[in-house]
Amino acid sequence: MFRIFLFLLALQVNALALIEVDITRGNLNPLPIAVSPLSIDDTSRKNFEKILKKKNIGLEISSVVEKNLKTSGLFNPLNKEAFLQAPDIANLKPRFEDWSLIKAQALITGKVSYVDEKLRVEFRLWDVLAGKEMMALAFTTVPNNWRRVGHIITDKVYERLTGEKGYFDTRIIYVAEEGPKTRRIKKLAIMDQDGANNKFLTLGNELVLTPRFNPTSQMVTYLSYFRNLPRVYLLDIETGLQEVVGDFPGMTFAPRFSPDGKKIIMSFARDGNSDIYTMDLENRIVEKITDHPSIDTSPSYSPDGNYICFNSDRSGYQQIYIMKKDGTNVKRISFGKGLYGTPVWSPRGDLIAFTKLHKGKFYIGVMRTDGSGERLLTENFYQEAPSWSPNGRVLIFYRETKTDDKGEGFSAKLWSIDLTGYNERLVDTPTDASDPSWSSLLSN
Amino acid sequence: MKKLSIRNIDQGEIMKLYKILKNTFLVIVACLALSACATSKKSTGQMQGDVYTGTDTVEYLASGVPDRVFFATNESVLTTASRETLRKQAAWLRKNSNITIVLEGHADERGTREYNLALGERRANAAKDYLMTYGISSDRISVLSYGKERPVDSGSNPLAWSKNRRSVTVKAN
Repeated sequence: MFRIFLFLLALQVNALALIEVDITRGNLNPLPIAVSPLSIDDTSRKNFEKILKKKNIGLEISSVVEKNLKTSGLFNPLNKEAFLQAPDIANLKPRFEDWSLIKAQALITGKVSYVDEKLRVEFRLWDVLAGKEMMALAFTTVPNNWRRVGHIITDKVYERLTGEKGYFDTRIIYVAEEGPKTRRIKKLAIMDQDGANNKFLTLGNELVLTPRFNPTSQMVTYLSYFRNLPRVYLLDIETGLQEVVGDFPGMTFAPRFSPDGKKIIMSFARDGNSDIYTMDLENRIVEKITDHPSIDTSPSYSPDGNYICFNSDRSGYQQIYIMKKDGTNVKRISFGKGLYGTPVWSPRGDLIAFTKLHKGKFYIGVMRTDGSGERLLTENFYQEAPSWSPNGRVLIFYRETKTDDKGEGFSAKLWSIDLTGYNERLVDTPTDASDPSWSSLLSN
Repeated sequence: MKKLSIRNIDQGEIMKLYKILKNTFLVIVACLALSACATSKKSTGQMQGDVYTGTDTVEYLASGVPDRVFFATNESVLTTASRETLRKQAAWLRKNSNITIVLEGHADERGTREYNLALGERRANAAKDYLMTYGISSDRISVLSYGKERPVDSGSNPLAWSKNRRSVTVKAN
């Protein structure tokens, strides 16, 4: 059902004169881009209105694209009311003077049609100043996938203009929170990266924490207090099937998948000591990775699977360490002032994101894998648990507000920020939210 | 998994020794703090250092047997007052030999979630170890860490946080 057929119509490889977006710096001048509504013929429009209850699906899809581009902070989608050329004509051959008149540097046009009960979309990306087509693609999918079509278009445009993969056809799994702080009700929830299609996966009968995606499939690992036994579980999002991971005589927590999706790495606590273990999901073999009388937790693999970063207080306080995948060559990498927690290895391999506590403030930051080049991206009363977008350009995390003297005013929300430290944004959720985890690209 | 290496046991012993030393140190600091408090106007009478000493949130397992002990920030060391509370609990448990308990370990909201789960477990085990040295069998004790998930005081201030850094002894039957 989630399959999308992708055809390459044409791809001009004339990079020289064409526009590019530099994403390595904070972008204070987002690229002006015009997203012309996808044109649609009358019969198709009526068919889709019947199936999807949307008056003009072409306009809806282009709105998804527009919102994505704006949220990225790299693009400035222009107001549609200023557009001079009609969508259907623009898609055939844009009158570039009209688009450059409204200061657009790039233009997206396209067409939606109803073909054999399916949704067919074609779109083109144009360089307005050079007067050239940069890309043209077409997809066919089930009508219900229309939002995903918008996300895939954005990914393609983003990739063409920045030279890096996008992160729009993705989902976020998180913990939805409700109720007073002392009796918080927590449920697993999942939504599209842009907040659409929010769905609760558990009922809130037991406490659930720290869900994380398998990078290779739609599986999730998380901590559940089912029957008051805090254990790491595995959940298949498509089937809803759940199972406990391993047979440990105590609390297991802080789970994550290995990059190939075949192992779960987690902490196991017993007799006041937490160590790191892995379990192979195929043969169920459990291995002890760390063996130290201090707290060892929050493990995260490097993308090649050869190293693990983790959190330990073996020096007396919470710090970040790395080691080989077998637990040898343990090396502390955080040496700045304050406490460090929740290390997460970037999917690009070069950075580790973390939470830092210093003088009563919490920071989300990044450092190189040898601990050098520490950079703090954001400071607040409380925030933690960064999770990387699949292209390693954006971090999502959660932030809690202070309660006042009456114990009121508490909230927990998801936020995202670019690796550059710019473009900090609240990620809308229907309830309070924490512990976000970003999926890989669904269409890969 | 049940086997511990020799190296590990040694390190465990060292850690224990370290804890005992730290304990002694803490008592001395507490004494100093106490004498300082006698003349200081800042004392609320509810905290010593940053360990909660009040009774607002305390419940009783039986008359004169408080149900919880409190910890300093990032610590799992038992204070003198905590050990006194646990000795009372041990005496009560010895008299009521059919009772089993759960030790629920907690942390305040000023730490990362996963580390706090481990810290809560460590705190509850500090209480468990002490009860065991006073003759309570480990069969009667289970440990459950809530990390920072179940604060008793929802405030965002040092006093509220001190009430939340705790291990609570709960009857399981």
